[in-house]
Amino acid sequence: MYLGIVKGTVVAERKYAGLEGTKLLMVQPVDEHGMAVGDLQAAVDRVQAGPGDLVYLVGSREAALACDPWFVPVDAAIVGIVDGIDVPNPATREGKP
Amino acid sequence: MRYCRVVGPMWAAVKHPAFAGKPLFVVQPLDETGADVGTSFVAIDTVQAGVGDKVLVLTEGTGTRQILKQGDIVPIRSTIVGVVDHVEA
Repeated sequence: MYLGIVKGTVVAERKYAGLEGTKLLMVQPVDEHGMAVGDLQAAVDRVQAGPGDLVYLVGSREAALACDPWFVPVDAAIVGIVDGIDVPNPATREGKP
Repeated sequence: MRYCRVVGPMWAAVKHPAFAGKPLFVVQPLDETGADVGTSFVAIDTVQAGVGDKVLVLTEGTGTRQILKQGDIVPIRSTIVGVVDHVEA
């Protein structure tokens, strides 16, 4: 699993069978200090996250297992909204108090 | 498995039900000398690891499902499975 910050919403009307109604968000993977690592990616949202939220995601096949139905072509899923990390300079939620 | 250092605990109130009651930690991969290498990631803990501990982290889903015994539909990949006393490099 890894950390990310939600950057925006993906609107896609036509999706693979089983993905109808799923919410897709654009997420920037970050380290524990909120510094961007790697490239922006689209992820299925399973926890009603919103733009600016610090979240954690699961990748690969386990991303599909977070979905219902689970036999879907997905390789990243948001599975939690992070409230806090106990490190000296933790990541913060951009744009939120 | 990855050789990692436990950076710190992480809290999340809103999460997938499979994570209920499982401690979440941010871990930093290390090389054989103990220096940071690569990017930190999130793992659940099964061995009561503490902050600063050097640990072994399983980063694969099937092994994690076998450990957790919660069935086959568990969206968890990374699990701390051991506390390392030392590495002889």
